[in-house]
Amino acid sequence: MCATVNITFAGLGGQGVLTATDVLAAALFTQGYDVKKSEVHGMSQRGGSVSSEVRFGEAVASPMIPDGESDYLVVTDMTQIEVNLAKLKEGGVLITPDDFDWSSLSNKKALNIALLGRLSTYFNIPEEVWMRAIASELPEKIHEVNFAAFKLGASSRQP
Amino acid sequence: MNKFFLSGNEAIAMAALDAGLTLGVGYPGTPSSEILDNVSKHGGDAEWAPNEKTALEVGAGVAFAKGNAIVTMKHVGLNVAADPLFTLAYITIPGGLVIVSADDPGMASSQNEQDNRRYAAAAGIMMLEPASSQQAYDLTVKAFELSREFHMPVILRVTTRVCHSKGVVIRPDARKDKPAASFTKNVQEQVMIPAFARKAHRRLRSQLHKLSEISNALAEVKERDNASFGIIANGISVMHAIEAAPDAAVFQTVMSYPPPIDKMREFAARFDKCYVVEEGDPVLEEYCLANGIKVEKRPEIYRFGELNVARVRRMLAGDTTPEPAPAPGKPPELCPGCPHRKSFEALRDLGCIVSGDIGCYTLGVLPPFSAIDSCVCMGASITVALGMRHTLPENEARKVVSVIGDSTFWHTGVNGIVEMVYNRPATGHVVIILDNSTTAMTGMQENPGTGRKLDHTPAPGKLVIEDVVKAMGVDNVDVIDTTLENEKFRELLKKRLASNDLTVIIARRPCVLAMVKIKSYENAK
Repeated sequence: MCATVNITFAGLGGQGVLTATDVLAAALFTQGYDVKKSEVHGMSQRGGSVSSEVRFGEAVASPMIPDGESDYLVVTDMTQIEVNLAKLKEGGVLITPDDFDWSSLSNKKALNIALLGRLSTYFNIPEEVWMRAIASELPEKIHEVNFAAFKLGASSRQP
Repeated sequence: MNKFFLSGNEAIAMAALDAGLTLGVGYPGTPSSEILDNVSKHGGDAEWAPNEKTALEVGAGVAFAKGNAIVTMKHVGLNVAADPLFTLAYITIPGGLVIVSADDPGMASSQNEQDNRRYAAAAGIMMLEPASSQQAYDLTVKAFELSREFHMPVILRVTTRVCHSKGVVIRPDARKDKPAASFTKNVQEQVMIPAFARKAHRRLRSQLHKLSEISNALAEVKERDNASFGIIANGISVMHAIEAAPDAAVFQTVMSYPPPIDKMREFAARFDKCYVVEEGDPVLEEYCLANGIKVEKRPEIYRFGELNVARVRRMLAGDTTPEPAPAPGKPPELCPGCPHRKSFEALRDLGCIVSGDIGCYTLGVLPPFSAIDSCVCMGASITVALGMRHTLPENEARKVVSVIGDSTFWHTGVNGIVEMVYNRPATGHVVIILDNSTTAMTGMQENPGTGRKLDHTPAPGKLVIEDVVKAMGVDNVDVIDTTLENEKFRELLKKRLASNDLTVIIARRPCVLAMVKIKSYENAK
């Protein structure tokens, strides 16, 4: 039985945190994993801190990641590292906007998907699966910019 | 394959449609709001009612006509709908009536963390509690079956984490057709005058007795090899318990009212120690202890907030030391460009005593505005302020202002205007209706004043706030954009506060987040 893998995605309201984990979960779901995704909507979205948690494996029980058990912490905003660091397990991977050069992104709002691309280098999932997930979760007119953002993040690190 | 990745709310919507839904009706409220949006998205009929009482009564009418209704609301919404709820429990319902109560332990987006399991017991209405998206689907289908079989309403109680977490859902059945509608006269069981209600109450109690057997049959146990102790849990707590205690057998009360007393007794008797893992009030604990079922008492600190795996581990270890505070994140705030900002700046600068209400604008309490002095429940801004106006010395009474949003005004604020005109304070009163043309906080739903239906297409009727309050006898009705005409607004407010008139100022400017959407709906006409 494969162990559950935990990913925390965090940022500020409006930075696409929930969208990024929608794409992530959609990709994992098509790979046949049991997947759970948890977040809080509503008041917290009004510009405040937002985080979303994705867990996948053979059988996932709780939708929420216990503190100190997140294998990956991805932040869209540097200020949100400290807020969420307690989630990350010892030796876990932290991914931030400072990890790679994303100045060539034609639309800076696609940073969330670029960070997802960077995260994808840790998983053995073919690129076309990610592209399909982006296409299924995002409106058509922003597909191209997000495909490019994903590829930028994915090529920023050797798997 | 019929396999989906769905939130609990999406699963409930899909299941309601698969069960042959006639109509979904509700009032938006986090975490319940997405259920009806999804019913509509998947081709079902759904509508926003002005409030939860209205919604439940419309749903009851659907079921009187032998249709299937799902009525959705957040936990505090059931307070508003409690009047029809308690009497519907007595009535023999010909169709299907499922009420979704979405509770918010931890108050992610609510003013209290009431535990609506108490309503099931208080009203005598069966309650089902899913622990995952899959169960949200399965138990919604089951709720319609039980409602039609027993001719009783069913409450489906979900919590924030069930509503908004996503998980894998396997959808077994093809969609059922809507039931055929017709009316059958049955005054003894459908008209609750005292003579009939006395019999109806006895009938209800005997039905609940039968339902205990069904509750026992529905309860589930997750067995573990060599389990060394037992856990009784409900809803999402089942999932936390399974993960936190790999050496425990976990009992789920699928139907939490009537509770599965016999099965809980059998289960607890198997272990030297049995714990109850539940969020909120000690409801299961009390059922167990009242029935002589030996369970450990939960330390009081775990009554507050949401549970999670770490907290369940602590609880099982008997740890009652203070819990580490979560790292403070950035708090929510009014959006840049939010039309409410200019309204609150003026209220702050004029030193008003502001009776607030429920919506985005409750954030006006926080700096830099610090311009809300009370917030109780939907609609209370107007009535609480009237009480203050009646009581305060004149110089302070003149500073009292009510602030309420457009959707909240239609919800229960309109009753406050009736009270204001009928029982007019000596100093008059000033009500500011912050009309941002949407129900913003819960996700920009339509309301009776937007002129559009739930699916954003034109509504057959549009209610106009100024026309309604004028007709009700308010002395001054002003419409103003407090962002573009800020100075004018300040002068107007000063003038109205100094008079003994009854004033409604409608501060009208669309929500910055909704503006683009509203344009696209208008263009689609």
